[in-house]
Amino acid sequence: MNTKLIISIAKSLLIARWRQTMVAAMGVTFGITMFITLLSFMSGLNDMLDNLILNRTPHIKLYNEIKPSNIQPIQLSKKYAGSYAFIHSVKPNSSRLELYNNGAILNTLKKDNRVSGIAPKITAQVFYNIGSIDITGVINGIDVEAENRLFFFSDYVTTGKFIDLINVPNSIILGKGAAEKMLANIGDVIQVTTVKGDIMPLKVVGYFQSGLQDLDKVQSYTSLATAQKLLGKPNNYVTDIQVKLKDMTLAPMIAKEFSTLFGCDAEDIQTANSQFETGTNVRTLISYAVGITLLIVAGFGIYNILNMMIYEKMDSIAILKATGFSGFDVNRIFITIALTIGFIGGFLGLIFGFFLSAAIDQIPFNTSALPTITTYPINYNPKFYFIGTIFSLITTYFAGLFPARKASKIDPVIIIRGK
Amino acid sequence: MEIVLEAKHIYKSFHDPVTVPILKDVSFNISKGDFVSVIGKSGCGKSTLLYILSTMDTDYEGELFIDGELMRNKKEKQLASVRNEKIGFVFQFHYLLNEFSVLRNVMMPGLKLGKYSEQEVEHRAIQKLKMLGIESEAMKLANQLSGGQKQRVAIARALINDPLIIMGDEPTGNLDKKNSTIVFDIFKELAEVYNQTLLIVTHDNEFAQSTHRIIEMEDGRIIR
Ligand SMILES: Nc1ncnc2c1ncn2[C@@H]1O[C@H](COP(=O)(O)OP(=O)(O)O)[C@@H](O)[C@H]1O
Ligand SMILES: [Mg+2]
Repeated sequence: MNTKLIISIAKSLLIARWRQTMVAAMGVTFGITMFITLLSFMSGLNDMLDNLILNRTPHIKLYNEIKPSNIQPIQLSKKYAGSYAFIHSVKPNSSRLELYNNGAILNTLKKDNRVSGIAPKITAQVFYNIGSIDITGVINGIDVEAENRLFFFSDYVTTGKFIDLINVPNSIILGKGAAEKMLANIGDVIQVTTVKGDIMPLKVVGYFQSGLQDLDKVQSYTSLATAQKLLGKPNNYVTDIQVKLKDMTLAPMIAKEFSTLFGCDAEDIQTANSQFETGTNVRTLISYAVGITLLIVAGFGIYNILNMMIYEKMDSIAILKATGFSGFDVNRIFITIALTIGFIGGFLGLIFGFFLSAAIDQIPFNTSALPTITTYPINYNPKFYFIGTIFSLITTYFAGLFPARKASKIDPVIIIRGK
Repeated sequence: MEIVLEAKHIYKSFHDPVTVPILKDVSFNISKGDFVSVIGKSGCGKSTLLYILSTMDTDYEGELFIDGELMRNKKEKQLASVRNEKIGFVFQFHYLLNEFSVLRNVMMPGLKLGKYSEQEVEHRAIQKLKMLGIESEAMKLANQLSGGQKQRVAIARALINDPLIIMGDEPTGNLDKKNSTIVFDIFKELAEVYNQTLLIVTHDNEFAQSTHRIIEMEDGRIIR
């Protein structure tokens, strides 16, 4: 009953001062609009940049690093068990790039229910032969279908069809940069030399563009079978196993587990790309900081207008108190006014924010680095709208707090006597 | 006779910048149905006394009982509900809420009390307006009325919760002769016909003479 009365008084005061109310609400609307737009846009950019890396990066990569053995022969000798050995210039003994027993590893991974997908891979250093010049490159032998499913391979094949890697024997998809260097067109046959000196002709069936120029100058893709043939290895030869997890955040932990379980190296995505997370965090932080600043400015607007309103309405406040409204009731009236301004302003801000970000979403944005992007990226995460609503209510609440307290403290005797 | 309001040894001083005593040992009581006027020279402390009696001013010494209850030590919120329920106040300046219609102004203390439903409060408000002959203005905004009409609305508002006592601080001080007479006649009617308890501060000796009892003040004391 009391609440209803207080709301009706607040409403009447608002309507009587609808011009000021609108100006105050517009401040909030502007703040929230910018907040939503900024966060949607920044977050869209973040997602785009992250996907550039994260889509193409396995959560865990199992491989064998070329490195000297941790245990040198002298340490196995019982004779010197208690001594400390200094060994200089240690070298790795052989380049054992192959993941041994990978069939068993694959089987184990398939049964692991934390794993959402696996794609075996062969990476091989090669030379692309252009006339008399050789340039270095890397050939990735991939399980074409698994690679596409887990890492959206087809998105990055800008010319040609990715599936031709399977359909056309001895085929290759060249990095765009590498292809330009070699002047290789679709359908051409190029020569590739392995580190061991074997030469193999491969037919170009497509170009590949990852968005990272340096990568595209070196990388190219063949099927697993072609890579095995190129290297003269049997058909169980694999150098890497790429794992995608259901929950990416578990990667560091699971990587350690796999490393000991399978006796190979395991690199998790967080370690491999720590700088990206930092960039993402900084961008998000900036958007929130700007958004909140705008809201605080809007909050001061509300504060001013409420103060003015209270100054104008001294008589009304005095009369309310004289006729039996308590300070608490008066306080609630002005808090209600503030929250109403916040709610209306905030709600309009959400709508405008949505349309503004939708408009940005229509602006063409073409860059050769990002073949899958055609317009500016926008993330329509409902989270931003939720946070925007909460923020608008919180700022207006605080903006209303002090004026409302001031109003509640007004002494009716002073006002009534003052006439 | 049932005592509605009792003041016992009320003292009040202002302290800016030097302490000036305004009310000195004011004691009296008002019984149910009393029609009392307070007269005295300007500046003798009549308004100050009325603000204390109406519970709006709590900074005094002495004891004030309303409806048998001691007002000291009551919290601000409790005092507000005492004013709401038991006291109707009419000021020299009508003090209506300009954002609201006349009817709504009259209803406001009734809605705050919450004793009756909104429809009942509205019904009662219309009755009070009828009693004061201004029901035709019910839907107008408060600031569209003349001074005399406004003061009658203020009286209707003071009546809405059937208060124990109505207090008026020079309620005709701002009105012309004709309207003053109307307002005084209303107070007389309330006292005689409806047995309403009234405490009215006034300058008008003629009106004071027509009340049941006159309290005369001089220099912060009651002299009669
Ligand atoms: N806030 C105040 N501070 C100091 N003195 C005051 C204050 N309010 C009123 N007074 C003084 O108190 C005295 C009584 O005032 P008041 O009660 O309004 O008189 P009345 O209503 O009888 O004309 C006056 O002398 C006035 O100057
Ligand atoms: Mg006075």
